[in-house]
Amino acid sequence: MSSSLKISGSWNIFTLALVTLFALPIISLIITAGSGVENVWGHLLSTVMPGYLENTFWLMLGVGSGTLLLGVSSGWLISMTEFPGRRVMEWALLLPLAFPGYIIAMVYVELLEYSGPVQSQLRLWFGWKNFQDYWFPPIASVGGAITLLSLVLYPYVYLLARTAFLQQPAALLEAGRMLGKSVRNSFLNIALPLARPAIVIGVSLAMMETLADFGTMQLFAVQTFTTGIYHTWFGTYNAPAAAQLSLSLLLFFCAFIFLERYSRRQQRFHTKNNILNVHPRYPLSGIRALTAITFCLLPVIFGFALPAGLLVQWAVESWRYVLLDRFFSDAGNSLLLACLTAFLGVFLGILLAYGTRLSKRRRVHWAARLVSLGYAFPGPVVALGVLLPFAWFDRTIDAWLQRTVGISSGYLLSGTIFILVFAYLVRFLALAFGAAESGFERITPQMEDASRSLGKNNLQTLKRVHVPLLRGSMLAAGLLVFVDVMKELPATLMLQPFNFSTLATRAYSYATEELLKEASLWCLMIVAVGLFPVLYLNRQLRETSPLHYKEI
Amino acid sequence: MLTLICVSLLWVPQVVLSAEVNILSERQEFLLRPFLDVFQEQTGIKANVVYLKKGSLERLKQQPGAVDALLTVDIANLTAIADAGLFQPINSSVINKNVPSKYRNPDGLWTALTARARVIYYSRERVKLNELSTYKALADAKFANRICTRSGYNKYNVALISSMIAEHGVAEAKKWLQGLKNNLARKPQGNDRGQVKAIYQGQCDVAIGNTYYMVKMLERDDQRPWAASVGIFFPNQNNRGTHMNVSGGAVTKSAVNKKEAVRLLEFLSGDLAQFMYAQVNHEYPVKSGVQYSGIVKSFGSGQEGVKKGVFKQDKRNLSEIGSYRKKAIQILDEVNYDK
Repeated sequence: MSSSLKISGSWNIFTLALVTLFALPIISLIITAGSGVENVWGHLLSTVMPGYLENTFWLMLGVGSGTLLLGVSSGWLISMTEFPGRRVMEWALLLPLAFPGYIIAMVYVELLEYSGPVQSQLRLWFGWKNFQDYWFPPIASVGGAITLLSLVLYPYVYLLARTAFLQQPAALLEAGRMLGKSVRNSFLNIALPLARPAIVIGVSLAMMETLADFGTMQLFAVQTFTTGIYHTWFGTYNAPAAAQLSLSLLLFFCAFIFLERYSRRQQRFHTKNNILNVHPRYPLSGIRALTAITFCLLPVIFGFALPAGLLVQWAVESWRYVLLDRFFSDAGNSLLLACLTAFLGVFLGILLAYGTRLSKRRRVHWAARLVSLGYAFPGPVVALGVLLPFAWFDRTIDAWLQRTVGISSGYLLSGTIFILVFAYLVRFLALAFGAAESGFERITPQMEDASRSLGKNNLQTLKRVHVPLLRGSMLAAGLLVFVDVMKELPATLMLQPFNFSTLATRAYSYATEELLKEASLWCLMIVAVGLFPVLYLNRQLRETSPLHYKEI
Repeated sequence: MLTLICVSLLWVPQVVLSAEVNILSERQEFLLRPFLDVFQEQTGIKANVVYLKKGSLERLKQQPGAVDALLTVDIANLTAIADAGLFQPINSSVINKNVPSKYRNPDGLWTALTARARVIYYSRERVKLNELSTYKALADAKFANRICTRSGYNKYNVALISSMIAEHGVAEAKKWLQGLKNNLARKPQGNDRGQVKAIYQGQCDVAIGNTYYMVKMLERDDQRPWAASVGIFFPNQNNRGTHMNVSGGAVTKSAVNKKEAVRLLEFLSGDLAQFMYAQVNHEYPVKSGVQYSGIVKSFGSGQEGVKKGVFKQDKRNLSEIGSYRKKAIQILDEVNYDK
C-alpha cells in the first residue's frame, strides 16, 4: 500500500513538472503582460472590440454546431450502420483534415468572390450587369468562414466520435433495442451521452482552432478577438497589450472548459467489457442509404475533392515558375518536424493523461488542463511565449561558457528546430492529451486494481494494460498532431532557424506576394503528405477495432 | 533514440570556413535569392538567411548577435526597430553616395533600397482622368460606392494614413478616413491584385495600391486583362506629391559580422542590384541614374506632369511618417474601417 502511494507521489511530481515546462509560455506571457505601461483596453472596448467579440461569438457557435453536426452524424453512420460505400466513406471523411484552413479559404475566396469564376459565369448566363442586379452569399463574411472552417475541422469530431461509438459496449445498445427503443432513440439516449467526453473534446478543439486563427479570418475579411491581438502587437508594436489580450482569451476558454466539466461532474463513462465487443450494424437501404451516402459525400466533396482539384489545376499551370529545387528539402523539413512532434506529443500526452488519472489531487487535474490551453493561443503568441524563456536560457548558457571556457554556444535551443518542436508541442499537446484522456476514460479503474494486485507497478500497468488498450486513441492523437504540424504556419514563420523552410512557409511566401497559383504546388504537397498518415491511421483504427481484439 | 540523434545532429556547431553574413529578411526568398547569388559570387561572402514575416523585433531583441543584417519593407517597421535601439549606424561612404539622404535615416541607422509609390488604380472605362486629383479627394461624395481597398491595417495603408496625419493633422485625417470608408463599394478585403480584379469586374471604379503588382499582372496571360483595364494615377502632383514607402536594410546593433553586413547593403544599393530591382521586380530604384523598367515608364501616361513614368514624390521625411503609425492604427479603430 505504502509503495503504491509513493509511486503515485512521484507521478504527481512528474506530472506537475511536465505541466510547469509547458506552462512556461503562459508564465512568460504573464510577465510580458505585466510590463505594459499603456492601457489599451479602454480604446479597444470603445472602438473595435465589441464588433470583434460579436464575430468571435458567432464563429464559435457556428463552427461548434457545424462540426458537431457533421462530425457526430458521420461518425454514427460509419460506425453503427451499414450502407453501400461505407468502407470508402470511412476514410474519405478524414480527407478534409489534410487541408489547412488558410488554403481552403484561399481557394474558395478565389472561386466564389464577385470577380471569381462562379459569379462571373452566373452574370454571363443571366445577363446580370453588376452586383446590384442579384444576390449571392458573400464569401468574405462570418457565414463563409463558419461554413468553410466547419468543413475542414469536422474530422476532429468525426475521428473521436467514431472511436468512441465503436468502443461502446454493444450490450448497452442491445439492451436499448430490446427495450423497444428505435435507432434514433438509442442514438440520442445511449450512444450520444456515452460518447460525450470524446465529442466535447473534438468540438472544443475545432472551436479553439477557430479562436486562434488569424490567416483564414483575414482572407474572409472577418475580424475576431485574435485580429485585435494581431493589430495591437504587429500594428502598434505593443507586445505587452497583446499578451494581456491573449491571456484574457485564455481565461475565457478556461471558463468554457470548466463549465463543460462541471455539467458532467457526476458522470462516469467507462464500462467494464470494452474488449469483447461486437457491434451489430443497422443496415440501411433504399432512400435511407442514399441519404447516408449523400450526407457523407458532401463534406468530402466540398472539404476536399473540389479544392484539391483546383489546386492540381493551378499547380499544372504554375510549376514552371517556382523554385522547384527547394521542393524536397521543404518536404523533408516538414516531415521531420511533424514526425518528431507527433512522436513526442503522443508520448507526453499518454504520460500526462496517466499521471492525471493516477492522481487523486484536484490540483494535478487542473494543472494538466492548463496544458491543453496552448491550443487556443494564436501561433505568434505561442511563439513569443516560447522564445522569451528559451532565448534567455541560451543567452545564460552562452555567457557562462564564454566566461569559463571561452567558447560560444550560440542559440542552442532558440536558434534550432528544438524551439519549433517545443512550440508545436505547446500548441498541439492538447490533441494528444485529449485523445489519450478520452481513451483512458473508457478504461475502468478496476483494470489498475487488478494489475496492481498482480504485483505490477504503475509504469508496468501503463505498458502492459493501458497502452495496448489505448492503441487506437494514440494513433488518432499522433495523426492529429502530425497533420496539424504540417499545416502550422504562424509560429513556424516566427521561430524558424536560418536557412530553413517548410512546405507551409514556402506556400505562404508565394501567397503573401499574391502568387496564388505558384503557392498551389506547395499547398498540394501539404495536403498530399497529410493524406498518408490519415489513410494509415484509418487502417490501423480498423484493425484495432473491437472485432480485432477478439482474435488476440 | 532516433529523436535524440536527430536533435543532437542539429546542435553540432557549424565550423566557419569563410566569411558569412546572417540575414533576417522580411522579403520573400524568391525575390531575394537572385540578389544573394550575385552577392555571394562577387564577394565570396556566404549569406545565411532566415525569412520572417512578423516578429522580427522580438527575434532581434531576444537573440542579440544571431542576425547581422535586416532586410525589410515598410517605413514604420524600420522606424519601430530603430526606436527600439536594435540597429547601429551603418557608416558607409558608398551607401551615402548611392542613396539620397531623404531615403536614409538621419542617424544612419537604416537605408532604403527601393521605393514604392502608393497610387490610385482607376477603371480606364468608367473613370475620367480629370475626376482624380488627390488622396483627400477620394473621400468626396462623387466616389460614393465606387472605391475598393484592402484592409486598412495593411502596412502600406497604415503608412498612407500616417502620411495623411503628417500632412493634415489627426482630426482631419480621421474625417478623411471616415469619408473614404463611406465611399467603399465593399468591405475592405483581398490584396492589391484583388483590387485590380475588382475594378476589372466592375465591382468598383477606383482603388489604392502599389505599382509593382501591375507589372506582375501584365506579365501573366491570365491576369493581363485585369491590369490592362486599369490605369495608374499618381495623386497629389499639384501639391505634396505621391506618398512613397520603402524597402530597406540595416545593420543590427550586436552584429557579429558587421563588415559583411555593410558590404551587403553596399552591394544592394549599388548599380547592379539597383538595376535588378528596377528591371526584375519593377520597383523604383533609390540610386539616381538607374533606369526604370519599360512598363514602369509607361505608368501615368496621359496624366499631366508625369513624363516617362517620372512623377512628383512626397518629400516628407520618412521617419516622421513612420512615427505616426500608432495614431494611424488608432483612427482606423475609431472609424472601424474594416467592419
